[in-house]
Amino acid sequence: MEDLEIREGVDRETVETVRSISGKYKHGWETEIEMEYAPKGLNEDIVRLISEKNGEPEWMLAWRLEAFRRWQQMKEPEWAMVNYPEIDFQDQYYYARPKSMEKRPKSLDEVDPKLLETYEKLGIPLREQMILAGVEGAGQTPAEGRGDGRKVAVDAVFDSVSVGTTFQEELKKAGVIFCPISEAIREHPELVRRYLGSVVPQGDNFYAALNSAVFSDGSFVYVPPGVRCPMELSTYFRINAENTGQFERTLIIADKGSYVSYLEGCTAPQRDIAQLHAAVVEIVVLEDAEVKYSTVQNWFPGDEEGKGGIYNFVTKRADCREARAKVMWTQVETGSAVTWKYPSCILRGRESQGEFYSIAITNNWQQADTGTKMIHLGEGTRSRIVSKGISAGRAQNTYRGLVSMHPKAKNSRNYTQCDSLLIGSSCGAHTVPYIEVKNNSSRVEHEATTSKVDEDQLFYCRSRGMDEEEAVALIVNGFAREVLQALPMEFAMEAQQLVAISLEGSVG
Amino acid sequence: MAERHPRSDALEARLAACRQGLAQERAGAWVTRARHEAEQRLRALGLPGPRDEYWRFTRPDLLTAPEPATAEPFETDEPPVFDEIDRLKIVFTDGRFDPRASDDISEAGEGIEIVTLLEAGESDLHWAQEHYGRLEAAGQQPVPRPLAALNTACARNGVLIRVTGKVSRPVSLIYRHYQPQSDAMLHHLVLLEEGAALTLLENGPGAARFNTVLEVNAADGARFDHVRAQGRDHARIAVTHIFARLGCESGFSSFTLTANGRMTRNEAVVTLAGDDSTAHLAGAALGDGADTPFHHDDTVFVVHGAERCESRQVFKKVLRNGAVGVFQGKILVKQGAQKTDGYQMSQALMLDGDSQFLAKPELEIYADDVACSHGSTTGAIDEEALFYLRSRGIPRRQAENLLVLAFLDAAVEEIRDEAIANDIRDRLRGWVERRG
Repeated sequence: MEDLEIREGVDRETVETVRSISGKYKHGWETEIEMEYAPKGLNEDIVRLISEKNGEPEWMLAWRLEAFRRWQQMKEPEWAMVNYPEIDFQDQYYYARPKSMEKRPKSLDEVDPKLLETYEKLGIPLREQMILAGVEGAGQTPAEGRGDGRKVAVDAVFDSVSVGTTFQEELKKAGVIFCPISEAIREHPELVRRYLGSVVPQGDNFYAALNSAVFSDGSFVYVPPGVRCPMELSTYFRINAENTGQFERTLIIADKGSYVSYLEGCTAPQRDIAQLHAAVVEIVVLEDAEVKYSTVQNWFPGDEEGKGGIYNFVTKRADCREARAKVMWTQVETGSAVTWKYPSCILRGRESQGEFYSIAITNNWQQADTGTKMIHLGEGTRSRIVSKGISAGRAQNTYRGLVSMHPKAKNSRNYTQCDSLLIGSSCGAHTVPYIEVKNNSSRVEHEATTSKVDEDQLFYCRSRGMDEEEAVALIVNGFAREVLQALPMEFAMEAQQLVAISLEGSVG
Repeated sequence: MAERHPRSDALEARLAACRQGLAQERAGAWVTRARHEAEQRLRALGLPGPRDEYWRFTRPDLLTAPEPATAEPFETDEPPVFDEIDRLKIVFTDGRFDPRASDDISEAGEGIEIVTLLEAGESDLHWAQEHYGRLEAAGQQPVPRPLAALNTACARNGVLIRVTGKVSRPVSLIYRHYQPQSDAMLHHLVLLEEGAALTLLENGPGAARFNTVLEVNAADGARFDHVRAQGRDHARIAVTHIFARLGCESGFSSFTLTANGRMTRNEAVVTLAGDDSTAHLAGAALGDGADTPFHHDDTVFVVHGAERCESRQVFKKVLRNGAVGVFQGKILVKQGAQKTDGYQMSQALMLDGDSQFLAKPELEIYADDVACSHGSTTGAIDEEALFYLRSRGIPRRQAENLLVLAFLDAAVEEIRDEAIANDIRDRLRGWVERRG
């Protein structure tokens, strides 16, 4: 990055920002804590062991074993524009939990202080009184109370287990269930059985099948009819153990007329050997309900030589099952050595809506193949895709997406905008959209650009009296702004710190 | 013994059927070698299958079956396209060169030399031997074009054109179709020397099943313009390939008009190999699936391999009655191809609810100082525009036709020669107005 060639026209601050996130990975430290591992490798016994550790009922084990059988018959997908050495799925740990978590703590007070410290260090205080009191360093991270006393409930996942979930009591009063999925399987089996795998089936794809077999924890959210969730919900994923894959599963159900905003953050220590992360997120949105799902993905991206980093192979999908359901995915992807991720929307209900806003920054040797699928099945459905890719160093950044209008999805609408910005002459930016339109009352528009700074925009600004630097700053500022603005307040700070494409002092 | 793959059996069957026609001809060493090498390539690639990434929107089976499906020739009293244009005519009937219907190609004029592949292939030494099949072979990377390799391996005829000067009179290839079961392959080669220029016209359905390859090698400063009208209302199926390599400051343009036709796949692989070269590709397709199915596929691959090159792709399709339009377009900008200007537009106008438009407009970019963009839109006729025209007293049908023609005209505008463009416009107007 030192010898990064700065082209005329590319804003210096953009370059600096990209440089800063690559050079200094803030969350690369490790928590020294005694861990308990399942034996290395993957077989039916490991699947049984994970199920047993979580105290799961028989149906859950059967579901996992079915997934495992499917996975064994599947091949790793090769179509993405990413290259990485072959993964030895037998040379990984599939379950790792802190020894202190052997007996499930009844409340956060019983949680190992070392674990709590870990999250505090990450800026995610888990003790509710601390959150309310406002701990030092607050106001910088997504998943914490801000100065104005806004509360965010956090489920903190450490390697394979959830170490604690805050504000559960308060949420319960509103009727909202927010707990680790392992707990939901035991406490709310009727909900889990009904919805688990209904959006992402066990055999959906190679990594989803793997996740279905070995997922150890994750978050579960149920928002009852007509309830507007009183606070933002958040899960913070931390990978700590070495040679350990993290396979979390998130299931969110927004019942009729409800609303929830969900935030997800993730980090991992800096290591020379790449680690696997294969998550599944399923969202069910019923009539008139709305779910906002925001991610700041900041897994360790590997070092400047491309050593180490997380392989992030994630399946995220929302099913707008009933009329006027709405889902909005917002993602800021800055981490991971390899990203393979397509948060998607199935727009089944009449007039349901899907939105996807994404910023993906790749630097050094990072590779990202990310995008979305908008499957329009219902009449009058709408979708919007805004994707901003920034590629630097020797990184490869690909937008891959599908917009599909089925014959019955009459009077539907899609608008897609994919923009790529290249910084340096050794990186790549690619766009691979698939557009399938099978009725004529729908309108589909797709636009994509790859550039430095648009000359017409520059001319426009200049003709209004701005000097070149100002004009460039304004344009670059605008480049990622649509996406930044889609983020909830809680994430905007962290995202802007990470992206900081905005040049205005007030927000930068 | 390894299990035989069903696709390799299909390949052998297809090759065997093609070879029957070739066995009777005498072929010189260079043609035999080119065919043999292409056969090796084809065996390595295999025939396309429905699961191949670049065949996901178009089923290849009609093109790969050993025997062609029957296609009755289309009869019309309409004069052929380009009839009004002064040109050198070369006629192929069901893939066979028809010297009596053609102009005398030995007297093609100054700065141009034309010979049929059949004739050139009889000699053991020929200028074409260094070029024939080479661009097709190079065009197999990174995306395989197995049906082009099949063409090089099996085509028995075609024209080999060497252009040494600026030729003003266009060369016109006319493809006639009489036999309901003809299965024709033609392989053409155009070599443009430094500063040379040529306009090539193609028209007619060609055969019941038609596979063509056109290799265009343009040296520095050369200019090649190509206009093609793929007939109308025909039942034939076709796969066409253009492989072009452009030297410094050279120019290339290709326009294709298609109106109905059971199945057409037009592939183009254009490599901007020299600095400051330009390539413009355009297509207008008018598809009505009422009488015969209509499936039309444009698969375009533009490679920017040099600095300051410009490429444009403008593809427009009007679809109705279950017609299917496919566009797969890619701009690949290689590392170091700075100051690239790449543009791609694919649009479909759907006149009813039964039709489909399937598109994959791709960008793959490894250089930073570029301006590349693509757009793709799909939708019905703009009701507001329709209302505007009707409020001025234009009947609905006529207003619709006007909007259809205006929509397609953005592709027709890409034709450089005004007389040829107007000929295409007249033709289109007639076809649009006649539709029932």
